Amino acid sequence: MASYIKVENLDFFYGDFQALHNINLEIEPKKITALIGPSGCGKSTFIRTLNRMNDLIDGTRVHGKIILDGKSILKNEIDVVELRKRVGMVFQKPNPFPKSIYENVIYGPKRHGIRNKSQLDQLVEQSLKNVALWDEVKDRLNESALALSGGQQQRLCIARSLAMKPDVLLMDEPTSALDPISTLRIEELVQQLKEQYTIVIVTHNMQQAARISDITAFFLNGELIEYGQTEYIFTKPCDQRTEDYITGRFG
Amino acid sequence: MDRINKKLGYIDRKELVIKRILQLFALISILTTIGIVITLFKEALVFLQEVSIVEFLTGKIWAPLLEPRHFGILPLVTGTMLIAVCSSIISLPLGLATAIYLSEYAPSRARKIIKPMLEILAGIPSVVYGYFALTFITPVLQKIYPGTEVFNAASASIALGIMILPMVASLSEDAMMAIPDSIRNGAYALGSTKFEVATKIVVPASISGIVSAFVLAVSRAIGETMVVAIAAGASPKLTFNPFESVQTMTGYMVNVALGDIQHGTIMYKTVFAVGAVLFIITFIMNIIAKLIVKKVGEAY
Repeated sequence: MASYIKVENLDFFYGDFQALHNINLEIEPKKITALIGPSGCGKSTFIRTLNRMNDLIDGTRVHGKIILDGKSILKNEIDVVELRKRVGMVFQKPNPFPKSIYENVIYGPKRHGIRNKSQLDQLVEQSLKNVALWDEVKDRLNESALALSGGQQQRLCIARSLAMKPDVLLMDEPTSALDPISTLRIEELVQQLKEQYTIVIVTHNMQQAARISDITAFFLNGELIEYGQTEYIFTKPCDQRTEDYITGRFG
Repeated sequence: MDRINKKLGYIDRKELVIKRILQLFALISILTTIGIVITLFKEALVFLQEVSIVEFLTGKIWAPLLEPRHFGILPLVTGTMLIAVCSSIISLPLGLATAIYLSEYAPSRARKIIKPMLEILAGIPSVVYGYFALTFITPVLQKIYPGTEVFNAASASIALGIMILPMVASLSEDAMMAIPDSIRNGAYALGSTKFEVATKIVVPASISGIVSAFVLAVSRAIGETMVVAIAAGASPKLTFNPFESVQTMTGYMVNVALGDIQHGTIMYKTVFAVGAVLFIITFIMNIIAKLIVKKVGEAY
């Protein structure tokens, strides 16, 4: 089930440095929301608050609310393990585990109690088919994931997240380390995935945001300048700074 | 153009000289090793002319000094193994646990304190560990288990285990710290707990480094001399009871070296024979370790 996320008055601090200022945003289910903005604008920090990956960094603080399907996820008593099971994440650099392809896909499901071999086999096949990797690797599932090409590794990482049957998929510049052909495949994949998931994608590549996203949010210096339908943001932005950025005047 | 060529020629020659000098240094260490091995085995072969190899390797009594003389090395081997195994039981799990704590759990402040302390532990001379075993650990053991002899394998093993622990911890931690954070983040993002990240991702990914740390530690335990010479005793006994006094191969060698023995006597030759066996054991261990690392490494 794709989730609906509502962010209210979100502030975020690394020590004394405030990286996010009063972010208010709604992320809709079965849509691709792209976060754009120059380096250091807070878009990656923001996406990492959605599955609380920032908890892993010492000295960070967060204020405000993030509500996932009616439940506030920033409270201390929230089980982050359970949260991350529902909110999957794909990283900038492909980061497969140094294990076999098969082991990579079943890592998450196994952690959460699925032990049945045929069920796991099925999950592997289904997840790899979802990312169009099945035909390429079905004969060598027990080989190291590190032997795959960068694009294949990234699709494997997406498959690994999908095997958890998440509601939300966060993607932090998933194609920035890939060649144009692999990038295209991932973009096609993301567009298919939105049928089932809520997708949030951080990208440096404005053409990519324009090509694949439904909603675009523009960040600058830790503030959300504006967000809305991608076609409006790219054709008639309300804010001068958005226009300057998308027309390439800075960033 | 000419000047550039001249300059390049000069650089080439300079590089060549540097290369040769470095080669020479590398050669020195290789030649030393070869020299040691040759001496060891030459003298050991002389020994085997006087004592049959069957008696040497399978005899159950080691009494080279007193008549009737016996030259069965098994008591020394079991003594060595007893101490190697017992000290590993202490140093390997504790060392691995310490490494996991330091690399995965410890906040950077705790790491800054604990790492140097481990290094201090590693810097204590082994003779100090020997007396620590004899004057502190043994009395404690005697309180717990009154049957403990004054010189005993357990006390030496505990001291040796503590002595080797920093090496296991430090080498294993290095291997774990080499795993990039991006891999850890991937596991966290799939809803792993810290313990799962440590045991299911980081330890398997760094297993070859950890295995080499273990093997180095066990080799060190087999080769360590001072602690066992002081605390384990000097009675070559075929026993697996750690509360009894034993003698290890190294312990025997140092005892002989401390006495005044004549060059060319049978006592003198035993040192080389025992040394050769010790060398073969550690050599085989290193090969096994290489095979393990290769096999585990290939699985991924």
